[in-house]
Formats: sequence, C-alpha cells, structure tokens
Amino acid sequence: MSALLELRDVEARYGPVKALHGVSLSVEEGSIVAVLGANGAGKTTILRAISNTVRRSGDIVFAGRRLGRAGPDAVMRLGIAHVPEGRGIFRELSVWDNLRLGAYVRRDRAAVAADAERMLGHFPWIARRRGQAAGTLSGGEQQMLALARALMGRPRLLLLDEPSLGLAPLVVREIFRILAELNERDGLTALVVEQNASVALRVSQSACVLEVGRVVLAGPSTELREHDAVRRSYLGY
Amino acid sequence: MPSAAPTWATEVALAAFSWQELAQQVVSGLASGGIYASLALALVLIYRATRVINFAQGELATLTTFVAWSLTNHGLNKWVAFPLTLLIAFAGGVALERVVIRPVERAPVLTVVMLTIGLLIGLNGLTAWIWGGETRSFPSLFSTGTVDVGGVAVSYADIGVIGVTLGAVGLISLFFRFTKLGLGMRAVAANPETSPLVGIRVGWMLALGWGLAAALGALSGILVAPTVFLEPNMMQAILLYAFAAAILGGLESPLGAVVGGLLLGVILNLAGRYVPEVGGESRLAVALAVILIVLTIRPSGLFGRTVGRRV
Repeated sequence: MSALLELRDVEARYGPVKALHGVSLSVEEGSIVAVLGANGAGKTTILRAISNTVRRSGDIVFAGRRLGRAGPDAVMRLGIAHVPEGRGIFRELSVWDNLRLGAYVRRDRAAVAADAERMLGHFPWIARRRGQAAGTLSGGEQQMLALARALMGRPRLLLLDEPSLGLAPLVVREIFRILAELNERDGLTALVVEQNASVALRVSQSACVLEVGRVVLAGPSTELREHDAVRRSYLGY
Repeated sequence: MPSAAPTWATEVALAAFSWQELAQQVVSGLASGGIYASLALALVLIYRATRVINFAQGELATLTTFVAWSLTNHGLNKWVAFPLTLLIAFAGGVALERVVIRPVERAPVLTVVMLTIGLLIGLNGLTAWIWGGETRSFPSLFSTGTVDVGGVAVSYADIGVIGVTLGAVGLISLFFRFTKLGLGMRAVAANPETSPLVGIRVGWMLALGWGLAAALGALSGILVAPTVFLEPNMMQAILLYAFAAAILGGLESPLGAVVGGLLLGVILNLAGRYVPEVGGESRLAVALAVILIVLTIRPSGLFGRTVGRRV
C-alpha cells in the first residue's frame, strides 16, 4: 500500500535559520497522523513545507505526484487543505463567507450546498451566526469554523496546525471528537500537528515526535503512548 | 461691551442667501463629489488589498480619458467610446499590476509607493508626449440645460454625474457581495496570508483590483473632463480631492470613500460660495485642511475601524 503523502528528507529554512533537518514521514490514506513536539521543534514548518509557504528542499510526494514548485494555491487545488497556525480566519468577513471560501475552487454548486448542510450538521451554531463577522467568534468557534472551511474543499488530505492552541479542554475534546468521527465515517486523512500529546495520540493511528527539526521517534500511536520517553516528556506521567 | 465689529461670521450672514441657491450648491457639490468618490474608491480598492496608496491613479485616469477623446475624435459615438475606454482602462490596470507592480510584490510598502510616484511622473510625460500639452474640450455625456426640481434648477449634467457614479459604485458593491471573484477579492483584502490556502490566486486578485481601480479612474476622468477641460495635468487637483475624500471616509472603507467623496464635494462647494475667503484656487487648501483635521481628530476616518495595525 502506497502512502497518500510522503516526505523524504525534507529541509526548510527561514532566511539563514534551518527549521527542518531532513524530515521523512508518510501518511496513509484514511489515517490520522500526529506530529508531536515542543515549541520550536519544527512542527508548524512541516505543514508549511507541504503547502509551500516556507522555503524548502527535498521530496514531497502527494498521491504519486511530486509537489515540486507548486505554490500554496496550487497545492490546495491538488486536494490538500491547510488550517494554519492561528486558524487563518477571515476576521472581517462573515461566518458564512468564511465557510463558502473553503469551496472557492469548486464548481459543483449542488454538491457544495450539500456539503454546507453537512457542516451545519457538525456545527449547528454556524447557522445561527452566519451573518456575524468571523473575528467576533470565540477561539473555539473560530477553530471549528476553520475546520469546517477546510472540509468544504473536500480535501484528500487535511493539514491541521495546533487545533487545541489556547482552547478550553472541553472544546479541545469536542474538536478531536469531530475529527475522529470524520475519520471513521468518511475516511478523512489528516496530518495533525499538536502539542497536546495525550489527545493527539488518542485520535491518531500513528505519530512521530519531532525535536529541533528532526524526527526522533515514530510509530503506531498505541505504542508511542506506552513509550517511556514520550510519557515523561509529553504526557507528563 | 463695545459693539461687535463686522466679523467673518456676520459677513457670511450678510451675503445674499436663498434656500434655492443652497440646494443648488448642494446638488452641484454632490456632482463633483461623485467624481471625487469614484477616484477615491479606486484608491481605497488598491489600499485595502495591498496597503499601497497609488499616486499614479490620477495620471492613469488622465491617460485613459485621452484615449476616450481619441476614440470620439476618430468618429466613434461617445456611448460606444466611453464604455470601450473603461474596458481598455481595466485591461491597462491589470497589465500594469502584472508587469510593473508584480516584481515588487514582496518589497516593503514604501518601495511600491515610490514606484507609483515614478509611474505618476512617467504616465504624465507619456500623455503629454502622445497628445501634447494643449487644453482640449471634451464631449459631455449629458445634454446642457436644467430641470426644475421643487423650485430648484438642477442641471442635467449634475444629475447625470451623480447617477453614473452611484450606478458604478452600486455595480461594484454587487460584484463584491454576490460573485465568487468578489468574494475572493474581499478575502485577499481581509487576510492575504490565508487566501492562497483556500486556493485563491492572490496575484490575480490584486491585478483585478488594479483593473477595477483603473476603470473607476477612467470613469472619473470622463465625467470631470467636460468641466475642467482635457490636458495632461487635469487630474492632479482631483487626485488630491480624492485623497481627502478617502481619508475623510476611512482609507479602509469603500463605503467611506463614496460618502467621503460626496461630503467633500458639498463642503468644497458650500465653502466656495459662502466663505468669501475661499475662492476657486483655495479650494485645494480646504481639502488639505479636511485631511489635516481628520488625521488629527479621527485618523481612521468616518467609516474606518480603529484597530491596531496588522503585523
């Protein structure tokens, strides 16, 4: 079985500062892969390397195709939806416009409308707040809106950057519950970068641990949960 | 208490005053305001998306107005020539963004602003080189004469200019609200970093913005040329009024640009009529005073949001 996404020896840099030192990882179709690590380990940079919003080198192969020089909008059109760090909400636009933007590249109007209905099923509050400026939503609502927007593009791969950042534990659990549900029911494939290791290891099938730009540990999530170093450094027991 | 010497205020009060004339002044103020509004809207469209004030907006308008003049001069009906000019202006704006602005897309804002000042000088020279420096008359879209509205004589030209500018503004707001491209352009203005992540081609949206702005500028040129006459420096004062209008309304706000333009037109007209010190030439000073007052009291303008700068 070949992977949907494969990174081979990917390096990335911000100006003179190297953030990734040859990262390799793969994401199987239909699975959730978690990337764990401390602040500054390069987690966000992995996602940015994939969507080509950082200078990078090395091979990134998606659905059997090298991403090469494709810009971020082209990467999105290939079926990779990136929910960036800080959620990337269009704050001045309405909640509904934010949702519609997720389907910006799609031309199948009827299916888009059906998908919007489906999102309202997952996030019923969107219907009540559709006319409100998205910047006025709470952090948790913004995260859910960003997730819904990404799903509106019917991505083959979802890149999710720190969905739990700054959110209350209950909201975090709700977001990961929805993620797990989408994965089980619709076969959603996702690469999730997360500092909250316990929740990330629960929804993901496999995971890797990143330290200063290198993958130091990788394997099935159930195994990593039992791993001593992971438990001490990231799970705290 | 000594009796009050005749002051500025009493002098104004003593000037012959009639409500009809006031109404007339307001209407013709709205007409010139509509012209400022369309150029101000052009400035705002580009500023919102890129934080760049396009100093070349006025010269671009002049050049395209000369194109309209040439088209009518070659026998084309003005109702064909003028819409055709708007299309040419649109294409020219898109091309200018792609060719001149694109290479400095990632440069600091100040660099791009300097570039637009260079464009201002270059386009001004180009216009003078192609068409010469002499002043020409320019056909008006509207017939001369006035119509009586409740005892107030209003010229067809004023009504026409107000109607055309409001129509153009209405069309643009419909475009932004109800089309996918409009949504994409609003997205780029709101969050240029995230926009490519939903598949928007940011560069093309910016080019489209330049095209729309150039077409709006051409419209303002075509509307103003019959009264100020066509010559290479025609739009320079108008551009200053448009700046004042955009700042008055809030540089971030398209609605503000329109309201600011109309308001400024009325302010200038009333000041010119009822304040003896303000003649035709010192209207520019009034516009600059408006800029100064707004920037001091309410820097974000009437419709701007007072939020911190994006980083």
